[in-house]
Amino acid sequence: MLRHAFRIAWKDLRIEVRSKEIFATMAFFGALLAVIYTFAFPRDDAAVRGAVAGMLWVAIAFTGTIALGRAFDRERENDTMRALLLSPVPRLSVFLGKAMAMAVLILAVAVICTPLLALWLNAPLFAYPGELALAIVLGVVGIAVVGSVFAATLLKVRSRDVLLPVILYPLLVPLFVAGTKATASLVALHPNLDAAHYWIGFLGIYDAAFLVLSLWVFESLVIE
Amino acid sequence: MKKLVPYLCLLGAIGLVGSIYLVFFQAPLQFGYSENGRLNGSSLFYNQKIFYFHVAHAFVLFTTVGVAGVSSIVFLAKRDPRWDDVASAAVDVAVAFGAVVLVTGSIWAKAAWDVWWQWEPRLTMSLLLWLILVGYVMVRRFAGPSADRVAAGMAIFGMVGVPFIYSMVGQDSHPASGKEGVVATLGPGMRGAFWACVGTFHIWFAALVITRIQGTRAEREVRELRERGLDLGVLQ
Amino acid sequence: MAALDRVQIAKVGKRYGTERALASVSLELRAGSMCALLGHNGAGKTTLLGVVSTLVRPSAGAVTYLTGDTKVTGADVRREIGLLAHASLCYGELSATENLELVAGLYGVPANAQAIAALLDQVGLDPRARGREARTYSRGMLQRLALARALLTKPSLLLLDEPFTGLDRGGALALGEQLGALKAAGAIVVVVTHDLEAIAGRTDHVAILRRGQLVLEERTEGRGAYSYDDLKDLYHRHAS
Repeated sequence: MLRHAFRIAWKDLRIEVRSKEIFATMAFFGALLAVIYTFAFPRDDAAVRGAVAGMLWVAIAFTGTIALGRAFDRERENDTMRALLLSPVPRLSVFLGKAMAMAVLILAVAVICTPLLALWLNAPLFAYPGELALAIVLGVVGIAVVGSVFAATLLKVRSRDVLLPVILYPLLVPLFVAGTKATASLVALHPNLDAAHYWIGFLGIYDAAFLVLSLWVFESLVIE
Repeated sequence: MKKLVPYLCLLGAIGLVGSIYLVFFQAPLQFGYSENGRLNGSSLFYNQKIFYFHVAHAFVLFTTVGVAGVSSIVFLAKRDPRWDDVASAAVDVAVAFGAVVLVTGSIWAKAAWDVWWQWEPRLTMSLLLWLILVGYVMVRRFAGPSADRVAAGMAIFGMVGVPFIYSMVGQDSHPASGKEGVVATLGPGMRGAFWACVGTFHIWFAALVITRIQGTRAEREVRELRERGLDLGVLQ
Repeated sequence: MAALDRVQIAKVGKRYGTERALASVSLELRAGSMCALLGHNGAGKTTLLGVVSTLVRPSAGAVTYLTGDTKVTGADVRREIGLLAHASLCYGELSATENLELVAGLYGVPANAQAIAALLDQVGLDPRARGREARTYSRGMLQRLALARALLTKPSLLLLDEPFTGLDRGGALALGEQLGALKAAGAIVVVVTHDLEAIAGRTDHVAILRRGQLVLEERTEGRGAYSYDDLKDLYHRHAS
């Protein structure tokens, strides 16, 4: 099952590497968000330290959701999702493959946006790079997992473009809050590593719980 | 089930009268957060009484997420639309209850802290649950023919998310929030009134949900009759 | 991994929310036979095909897939199914060869370069186009690629949903011939189409749907195939 998942993920990533459409547009969008933030918030150090964590995760949230929508739209164009589900590959492999590819893609965008935010807002985002990386990876995995379930479910549903954020954002709130709090603990004037570790653990458990749930209900939701 | 509604209403009416009596005449008036000395009951007086109704309605939100989640799981497994009816009706009614929670919460916040909103754990949790329920309603309304399946997914994920939301808001250290658990802060005289309210409003909730389910079922029966008629050529 | 030789559709119904797409359809499909599934738009033909292809879960009834007397289930059934629809089911960003290699990998079918090239020859896809991304292909070329995709896995149950739309007369006749050959080789072929000419002379089983219900099912029982006039007549009499 994993072998097929990797095959599907690799196919997605190969396509994205060729066209670079989603990566380029989302990285640019993330950069634009960072620019808008710099105008929206006062430049003094204290305000920025307080806000940069939130800005980072809002950027990840927006770019992640749009990337999900666009990536699954590709599977709509020639009805290739139907082809994948029709193949003898276990349907869970289809889910895992798509989720893995999305995680890599969204992570790539986050890797671009995070240094930009640190640069333009002069924020010490990289004070604890290991913890920050872990928090971002876990957050992105959560978005990819939950997002892939619903993006696949909504593939043939009316109003899917607008419903994906409507469904995802309420469900992902714990993830965004945990990510923001973890990042904020790392960036604060007096960094609180215990708090950061707590929230990173929270993210890990969240990811695990929703991964198991997704594996359980994916086929039920996606097969009409 | 149809027969249950009048009994539920009767029980609910008794409960309501009883609760009001307990809240206004039995429960102690003073209610203060003594740990930080910021507030004491004297500024609240009767405004504090709204707490009983506010929290009772909030409990209904929890109940709904559970009911909707479990019904949705059964619905996805069996694909019997009756289970979907339960989830959908429960969420519809709960959205109204949730609005009550948020409005009464605002009133209480204004009386207690002089602000219309406060990001304290209980209110935050209620808002987040309410947003999940509203999202469910949006999906049902706009997703077209597959709405039942997609909404069921959202309900199940929402249900699994509740423990995470609970633990997340619990971590919020806010001076005005007092202790985390609601029940723990109750003084002995308040418990009667409190649980009476919780029970009463759950009864009302059940009555409303059952009535709504009956409405949905009646619509379905009419539709199926119409189909049969069209099939037989009796109708056009 | 034996070929399917019978598919039993028993009282299959499908509802989408309040909409009833299929109502208690019962049908049997046999090996070496081509079934024409006819009806007006919205009659439920695509839904029925969806149920048979395991992509749509029926609200009522069930589909049983048999090899001899053994039931076949799950992934083994999907391995035997080939689908040719209006959409190409191929990735526009990959070339023809890459698409077929992907399919071979997913289905566990050996896919050396010669086999793929031979298949693309068989469907008539221009060799110069095979390395280009599929989104540069014309409609006719896409259909050829889609057909190659469907045939690559040597399916014993071939489902076709409006495969002739967008093809010129020559293309439609060529496809019809391919389908005839597959039927002769023992596959179960089901075609949903409005193009009665393309399937005339090859169809030996007709099923007509109207508003989700099966209003006619007929076989020629070895007396050859339905002619164009037969099909037209049946359609006009029963589809509305």
